[in-house]
Formats: sequence, structure tokens, C-alpha cells
Amino acid sequence: MTSPPIVLRLSGITKRFGPLVANDSISLTLHKGEVLALLGENGAGKTTLMNILFGHYVADEGSIEAFGQPLPPGSPRAALAAGIGMVHQHFTLADNLSVLDNIAVGTESLWRPRSDRAAAKVKLLDLARRFGLEVRPDALVGDLSVGERQRAEILKALYRDARVLILDEPTAVLTPQESASLFDTLRRLTADGLAVVFISHKMNEVFAASDTVAVLRGGRLVATRNTAETDREELAELMVGRALKPPTPTPLEPGEPVLTLSGVTVASGHGRPLLDAVDLTVRRRQIVGIAGVSGNGQTALAELVSGLIHPDSGTMALKGEAAGNASPAEMVRRGVARIPEDRHAAGLVGAMAVWENLIAERYHDPAFQRFGLIRRGAARAYAEEVIAAFDVRCPGPDARTQLLSGGNMQKLILGRTLAHGPDLILASQPTRGLDVGAVSYVHGRLLEARAAGAGVLVISEDLDEILALADGITVAYHGRLTPVLPHGRVSVRQLGLLMAGHWEILPEIVGEGVP
Amino acid sequence: MRLEPREHTPLAARLLAPVAAVAAALALCALLVAWTGAPVLRAYGLLLEGAAGSRFALTETLTRATPLILTGLAAAVAFRAKLWNIGAEGQLYMGALVAVVLGGGMLDLPAWLLLPTVMIAGAAAGGATLLGPAVLKVRFGVDEVVTTLLLNFIVLLLVSMLLEGALKDPMGMGWPQSAPVVEAAELPKLVERTRLHTGLLVALGLSALLWLIDTRTIWGYENRAVGANPRAAAFAGMPVTRVMLRTALLSGGLAGLAGVIEVCGLKGYLTLDLSPGFGYSGIVVAMLAQLHPVGVVGAAVFIAGIFVGADAMSRAMPVPNYIADVLVATSLLCMLVAGLLTRYRLRRG
Repeated sequence: MTSPPIVLRLSGITKRFGPLVANDSISLTLHKGEVLALLGENGAGKTTLMNILFGHYVADEGSIEAFGQPLPPGSPRAALAAGIGMVHQHFTLADNLSVLDNIAVGTESLWRPRSDRAAAKVKLLDLARRFGLEVRPDALVGDLSVGERQRAEILKALYRDARVLILDEPTAVLTPQESASLFDTLRRLTADGLAVVFISHKMNEVFAASDTVAVLRGGRLVATRNTAETDREELAELMVGRALKPPTPTPLEPGEPVLTLSGVTVASGHGRPLLDAVDLTVRRRQIVGIAGVSGNGQTALAELVSGLIHPDSGTMALKGEAAGNASPAEMVRRGVARIPEDRHAAGLVGAMAVWENLIAERYHDPAFQRFGLIRRGAARAYAEEVIAAFDVRCPGPDARTQLLSGGNMQKLILGRTLAHGPDLILASQPTRGLDVGAVSYVHGRLLEARAAGAGVLVISEDLDEILALADGITVAYHGRLTPVLPHGRVSVRQLGLLMAGHWEILPEIVGEGVP
Repeated sequence: MRLEPREHTPLAARLLAPVAAVAAALALCALLVAWTGAPVLRAYGLLLEGAAGSRFALTETLTRATPLILTGLAAAVAFRAKLWNIGAEGQLYMGALVAVVLGGGMLDLPAWLLLPTVMIAGAAAGGATLLGPAVLKVRFGVDEVVTTLLLNFIVLLLVSMLLEGALKDPMGMGWPQSAPVVEAAELPKLVERTRLHTGLLVALGLSALLWLIDTRTIWGYENRAVGANPRAAAFAGMPVTRVMLRTALLSGGLAGLAGVIEVCGLKGYLTLDLSPGFGYSGIVVAMLAQLHPVGVVGAAVFIAGIFVGADAMSRAMPVPNYIADVLVATSLLCMLVAGLLTRYRLRRG
């Protein structure tokens, strides 16, 4: 059997950002009809490599050949013309245009007086039928679900006659069922002769969808394997560079409630409320995980417990006392440790020093100020302690925070919030974008705090994270929360159905839960 | 060519950026000077001599720098909090208006009490002028660039109306000018037989004070956090709205004080040409200083020197003194480019 022709050849790609080598002479080949999984931790260089391939970045060294022709560097237009299509992690669709307009935009000359929408629609529907990518061409993108948007993005690439499709972390925003349907689509595409590269840091997807897997670590290609000839343990070790063992939560008896929401509604100003009559209780020594596809009220819930927004109706209580109108500062004072969803935008002031960020929630404390003057010596000394206790890798308390890696930023936030023995911990997407080592550190700290008597509310789009940590799981859908389901009594398939809004299965789960 | 962000900006680059920007501006404007037919080097030589070549020239430059330090601080303080105050010109006139009203004989107080009273009242008037746009910004998201800019014209028309009416000096030979302030409201001279007055010390003191507040107090800490990342500041529990309003009062107050000091230290009365655009030049000063309160002093002296030196130069050779405006504007543009280059590096390809 002759191997299928090579469609893409990357040779010796090197890319530096200042002192950081994001890609270190990476060479890869992609064959017709192949699905290549690019596996690696965050920061391993996967996205950089694909951005070079697609012309967003220019490589410092190395060359790319597509279908036997050299690909001019730094030009997305040339990449598109060569038949390379990319679906970004963050979709690049305009919400206020229809699917059809989004897909056709940029494919016609601006000088043409009118566009041929009818022909575009025929082509689009034909593609959609061929590859099982069901879309409504005239629907506004803003009204689509995340899964539909992703299908529109894939169709956009196919519409431009892509023969090589790059998908950057395509499943990050999908339910397990939607992911399965995506993998179906990929199989149909490769059967038609396309080649696919998909970027992932999730092991199960690699086995579900790929033919070949390339593992990146620290900017280097450490191994390429036939997916059928490797296993999870080997890939995990290649990815991390050492063997890892997951944290194992010991069962604990939950204590009294620390956070109680009853009938909390938060209006959105238009249409469906952000939170709709939510009931939730988090007890001491208990981790409650909120699963759900993003955009189903998790952000509003996090802002509510952070003190940034307040319920329009219903009540929120901390340790039995009303806290519905508490400000962020008051929430901190009352023992809530808050880990924000977006550590760059909401957690830290990147332009300020590490010590300044560490005292940000308690700079009024007499330990850090006297008569309005900052006690810089005391603040620095405190910062040194936290840096040591939470293993923050940084040059010192005076380092500018934005120079820290994502994992160290998260440790900084953990240090700021957990160092004071909180009663309740709100952890929003606590490990998003972190490498495997940092993830297990964060999980370990959360489990430690639980053992020390804190109640923990974990909001995560990563179902594996919820399953690894939570004692009880609730699913967010359209601003509502299911009752807390005990971990172990609910299967991944059931969670997936709940995440997609099939709450009619709830009685069967809750029924099973009744002893 | 493309821009890539730098992970780290060396201190030397930050310090050299304004120097390089000014050098580039001088080089660009040399083309204009050459166009008038004048010898470029001699023109710049005369400019330097006119700005710093004698005791008189130096005191004139410092006199001119005094209001620029204050409007520069006004812009720097506001811009650091991302409050785009383009209305320092109007706030300056509000301060000047209060100075001639209170200092024009309405209050009968000894000098040691009258001067501070007039200064505080003038600063309050300037602060109040910016408070309105700031409240509109934090409450309703109204763009303060538009409101503060348009308020300048409203204030100028108000001053014009008052100078033609209620505040018109009966002894002013029909000119639209106010009555002079009383002697007790005049700032003492700093150097005898020059125009340099103690307003300079006030400006220098405030520059140092603002720097201390910025680095040593929880006020300054809050200001910097809110300016750099308001979302993170709010999340951590800082009073973002209060910080914005406080910043507005401070920025408007500094500009108002510039008006008071121009009236009480230099002019003695209010006319419509009290400020040749100090409010707008303050923006250039702040940008050249990279919004640093101490840097503002150096930038203000530089800009003042350009204006004063260009006047002297234009008297000696056929180069119009408008070249000063062009130089200052070009410096601002070059500084914006230089600032960009300290944060990003240019890459080919």
C-alpha cells in the first residue's frame, strides 16, 4: 500500500518571542485524508505553530510547503489561496450578520455592485449536506448556539475550498454530545480527501478523533505517534515530561451551609434573565461543581458571589446572614475567597508590582497602611511570605505582574485569597489555560482548603475538572441550575444531556439518588 | 513591517523616548525653517538663546512654564486614570474667573489668607467644571472627550459675556477685561525686575506632592490600579467610581489653579487671551512626560522654552513664531510614535 500524498510539510519552524522560544525547529508532515492531533500543554507552542502556518505570525526560521508549493510566510490570504482554512478558538464571526453573509464575506471583490447571494446559498447548502453540517443560512449568528457557530466557522473554511483544515481547541466550548458530532464531521471530511489538524490538550479527544498524534512540549516536537499504537500513559508522560498522579479527594462529612442562594434572579436588561430563580447551597468541607456550556449564567453567578452584582429578587446568605447587597470589599471581609474567571482582566493589575497585587483586597488593613500611607516594608515582607508559601515563581515582590506566567499569576491569586483561611471559596475556571503541573497544584490547594473547613464553589467548563474535584455537581442551563447531584450518581452522558438542556431526564437521576 | 509587543521596556528606553521624539521633531521642522529661506542652524541657535541664553530669557521661560506645569499635571493625573480630560482650557478660565471675582475686592482679607482662599476657590471651580463630565461618564457612559472639549467653548463664551457685562472694568477704556485683583491677591515676585513669580514654587510643590501621593499613599495606589485595570480594581473591592470622581476633581482643580496663578501672578486681570492654549499644550506636556508628575516639570520647561525662544527668533529673522506651534505639535506626534516603540518592537516581514 502506498501512503497518501503529502499535503503539508513544515520544516524546521522556529519562532522566538524575545527570550522565549515558542517553536523550536519543528518539522511535521500531513497526508491527504489524515487527522493529526497536535497535543500539548498550554504554552507548548501549538497555537503559535498553527498561527505561523496560517500566516498570522512569521517564523524566524524554517519553511512551509503546501501541496508541493512553498507557502509565502506572513500572509493569511496566501494560506487561504493554498487551501488552508483555520477555525479559531475564539470564533471570528460577526454577530449582526446572517450565517450566509458571514461565510460569503471576503470571498467577493468589493468592487462588484451586488453579490450573488442565491449562488452562495446553493453552494453553502450543498456543502452543509455533504458533510452533515446542519446550519440555517439566514439565521443571525448572534442567535446561534456555540455548536452552530462552530459549524458555520467550519463551513466558512470549506466554502473557500479549504483542503487542509486547522481547528484550534475545537471542543473547548462544546458539550460531550456536540464534540462527538464534530468528530463525525471530521471523519466525513477526511473521507472526502481533506486533511485536518486539530489542537487539543485533552487526551480522550486524541483517541476519539485522530490518526496521528504529535506531542509538543516547551516549543519542541517531542514525539509523533500513530494514535492506534500509543496509550494515554505514554502521551501524558510525553506531554508533561514526567508521570503525574491525579489528586484523590478523600470523602468528608459536609458541615453547615456557608453559601445559600434561594430563588435568586438576575435580570439581563433584555430577554432571558442571566440567572433564573436559582437555588444553591454550599456547605463547609464540600466542593460543589457547576458544569455547563459557557454562557449559561456561570459568569453572572460568579459575579454575584464576588459581590459585583446583586440579586434582583431572591436572597443570598453567607453563613446564614444576608449578603445580597454586599460589595466586593465586604465579601472579602466576610470570608469569601474569590478566584476570578479571567485572571488577566479581572484578577490582577498587570502593570503593577507583585506586592501591590497581593495587598489589593486588604490594603486598608492597618498592617499595610497607616494614616493613608502605605507601609511598603510590611507589604513587601508579607508578599515575600505569600510568594514562598504558594510557590510563586517570580524575581521578587517588585516584579511586574504581567511578566509572570499564567500558572504563577494563578498562584498569586490563590495566595492573595487563600492565605486568610476563607469560609467560602469561589473558583471560576480556576485552571483555564494552565499547564498540567499548575492544574494539579491548584486542585491540591482547593482540596486542602476543603479539608480545612471551607466550602468551595467551582465553576468550570472543563467537565473533567468538575469530575475530579466535586462532591456534588449541578448543571447550568439558560440561567437555571439543576439540584446538586451527588458525584458518582450521575454519568458523563447524563451530564452532557443536562448541559444541552434535556432536563426531562432529571427525575430519573434524582430518583436514583433517593436512598 | 509589523509590531510585536516587548516583554520588557528598559528604563533607558523610557527616558530616551522623549529626547528622541524632540530630536525628530526638530529635524522635521528644520524643513519648514529651511523653506522660509532662513539658515536652519542659526534659527535653532537663536531659538535656544531666546529660551535660555540670558537671565531674562530663563525667567521668561520659567514664567511661561508655570501654568504649563499645572495644566500638564492636570492632563497627566486624568490620563493616568483613563479620564480623557480635554477641557483644561475651560477649567483654567473658570479658575481665573473665580480669582478676579474673589480677588477683585469682594473679599477683604490679609494677603496670607486671601491668596490661599482664592487658590482653593479657583481650584474648586475648575474641579467642579470637570466633575460634570466625569459624573456623566461614570453614570451614563457619556464620552468625556466630547463633553470636556465642548465645555471649553461654553466657558469661553461665558467669560466673554461677563467681560462685556458684569465684570467689565469701568476703568478699562472699553476693552473687554476685568478689573484687576487687589494687591493682597497678587503672588509675590520670585526674582526682582522680572515677571517670574512664586506661582512657580506652587507648581513645583504640587508636582512633588502628586508624585508622593502616587507612590506612597493608598490614594495613589487606588488611582494607579483603577487607571491600569478598572475591572481588576473593582473586583478587588476598590471604589472605582469614587476614584474617578476624585481624579476629576484633582485634574480640574489643577487646571483651575493654573488660571488663578496666571491672574494673580502675572496678568493681574482677566482677558479673553489670558491663556494661549495652556490647557491644550498641557496635553502635550503630559504626553512628553509619559504622565509622570515629576517629568511634567521638565516637559513644561521644554515646551515653554520653544514658545519663548520662537518669539525671540522670529524677531531676529523672517521665520514666523508659528513655528513654535508646529514644533510642539510635531513633538507630540513623534512622542506618540516613540511611546509606541518603547512598548513594541518593529519587525521586518
